[in-house]
Amino acid sequence: MAVIAEPVVQAPRASLLSRALENRSFLGSLFMLPAILILVLFLAYPLALGFWLGLTDTSIGGTGHYVGIANFVSLAKDSVFWLSVFNTIFYTVTASVVKFAIGLYLAVLLNERLPFKSILRAIVLLPFVVPTVLSAIAFWWIYDSQFSIISWVLIKAGLIHNYIEFLGDPWNARWSVVVANIWRGVPFVAITLLAGLQTISPSLYEAANLDGATNWQRFRYITLPMLSPIIAVVMTFSVLMTFTDFQLIYTITRGGPINATHLMATLSFQRAITGGHLGEGAAISNAMIPFLVAAILLSFFGLQRTRWQQGGRD
Amino acid sequence: MSSVHIRDVRKSFGGFEVLHGVTVPIEDGEFVVLVGPSGCGKSTLLRMLAGLENITSGTISIGERVVNNVQPKERDIAMVFQNYALYPHMTVGENMGFSLKLRGASTSEINKRVQRAAEILALTPLLERYPRQLSGGQRQRVAMGRAIVRDPQVFLFDEPLSNLDAKLRVAMRTEIKELHQRLKTTTVYVTHDQIEAMTMADKIVVMHDGIVEQIGSPLDLYDKPDNQFVAGFIGSPAMNFLKGKVAVNGTASFEGPNGVKLPLKSAPANSNGQAVVYGVRPEHFTIADDGADAEIIVVEPTGSETQVYAKLGGEQVVAVFRERHQFNPGDKVKLKPDPSLVHLFDETTGKRL
Ligand SMILES: Nc1ncnc2c1ncn2[C@@H]1O[C@H](COP(=O)(O)OP(=O)(O)O)[C@@H](O)[C@H]1O
Ligand SMILES: [Mg+2]
Repeated sequence: MAVIAEPVVQAPRASLLSRALENRSFLGSLFMLPAILILVLFLAYPLALGFWLGLTDTSIGGTGHYVGIANFVSLAKDSVFWLSVFNTIFYTVTASVVKFAIGLYLAVLLNERLPFKSILRAIVLLPFVVPTVLSAIAFWWIYDSQFSIISWVLIKAGLIHNYIEFLGDPWNARWSVVVANIWRGVPFVAITLLAGLQTISPSLYEAANLDGATNWQRFRYITLPMLSPIIAVVMTFSVLMTFTDFQLIYTITRGGPINATHLMATLSFQRAITGGHLGEGAAISNAMIPFLVAAILLSFFGLQRTRWQQGGRD
Repeated sequence: MSSVHIRDVRKSFGGFEVLHGVTVPIEDGEFVVLVGPSGCGKSTLLRMLAGLENITSGTISIGERVVNNVQPKERDIAMVFQNYALYPHMTVGENMGFSLKLRGASTSEINKRVQRAAEILALTPLLERYPRQLSGGQRQRVAMGRAIVRDPQVFLFDEPLSNLDAKLRVAMRTEIKELHQRLKTTTVYVTHDQIEAMTMADKIVVMHDGIVEQIGSPLDLYDKPDNQFVAGFIGSPAMNFLKGKVAVNGTASFEGPNGVKLPLKSAPANSNGQAVVYGVRPEHFTIADDGADAEIIVVEPTGSETQVYAKLGGEQVVAVFRERHQFNPGDKVKLKPDPSLVHLFDETTGKRL
């Protein structure tokens, strides 16, 4: 059946709407609108509100007034705040370094020809799958002063005589929450790095093998540099997530003992919601921003240096 | 430089045998091409030679040394991979010098040798570039440069030209051959392209389904193929095959399909009535009054020669003429094979008679 196309009759004056729909930039804006709305509603607005609250003395139930940088001035003299800054940095740096080391080790291991590889991969992912609060509660039990399985095992083995005060002593508590965070964060690092490893062509290793590289040299000269872009991305994410961690700490120690494990996020929550001082809590949150921006910039410029990926300018 | 001996080598992948006892002697300084259709086991054999696959049975020796249990890095061989396998995060110069660096050579020594290899391959202006900034042909040369710098006992090439366009392929063919004439390093070169094999090899090893069909110089294989597979594989366009039988009646001749009679110079003893395959290369047909009747189907002039597809005894054959004939589809012609250049194969075994 041949249909003879009728000559398209151009409407003498297309309606405003149909003309607008022909317009590239109008159409582009239209398509972006949902995304923009979501970003504004759930990202920009809370952020702006947080900024604003940080500059007021708002408390729960009361309207606040603009107080300038008064909140920050008082925080600067607040030793608990500075302790939380120290704790956050300690927590982030130690946990990230260890997560990276263990994650890379696991990724390299899982990338080898292993028996039961898929089962092993599933096992590695487990800590990531369990809801954070559940795993935090598990750690809370592990670290319990009377029921701790670690203390129990060590005592039965005759290695120690008294139950360890995991969460009662400041430094024990700090290390304890770091270990919990590592356990929780390693799967993300390991699985992402494993995905990165799998993009490295096996023929590069074969070539290196023929070129005379030992196992260590293959790792040092092939794996590590080829993986560096993905390492930068993963570790940025990992640092950001660790720096802003809340759930683990809040469930295991609530910041104790005597604020020894308070992170900036938990302190902010405590001052704002528990204590009712929304303005002060928001100011603590805002104080995290420079650190986060610094971390992002660091990885951004770190990423830029991998010139071999982007081609040169010539 | 070194000789290489592959003796009765077999290879199984998880109980499935892909190489069924391959024996290939390779002389010192020889350029040997392993050729065969895709999947016949060429790459596997080459990788076993490199030490990248272990040897299920048989022995491989390089020089006097059996290398079955020698690590790849201790075999002193260099390989050019099909995908080149250049290190993307190293410059051309670093790629070429990597093996020397691993061996702990001094920076000045590395630079000297990289420079020399770069000059041979015209890579000097590209030494600072990264692989992704190079064209396919340049990457190919860097891969060769990486091999040359090492000055190994043996060069291995696995289909190094298959990612290049046709023109570059021809140019690189010549370049690799020249390089070999200059360096005289023993070379094993894998390809599925019989033209590459014919043009480059001192010695061709024709492989098929995990066995060696024939080993010989390019012209040996062309003139005296051991069997029907080699006859059909070597030469382009491929040899024509007609099934029929030998008729000895004072003089010998071949009786093909639909009563076609084709000439034979001589018949093997007691072969009257034997079922055979008659093989004639397209370039060995002539137009002659005493030829067999054929009808032209398609004419393809290339300028230097003309390929003619015709029906001969109901079968399609192809003939190539260097002279210019005015043929048209449907024309009746008389095609005559040159009796001294035809091949006879046993119909069941495919062996040359
Ligand atoms: N790692 C492997 N595991 C299983 N089978 C393989 C492997 N490598 C190659 N083969 C099989 O061995 C045969 C020969 O392969 P290959 O040597 O790559 O052929 P070619 O290089 O001649 O095209 C093929 O059937 C292929 O499927
Ligand atoms: Mg192959």
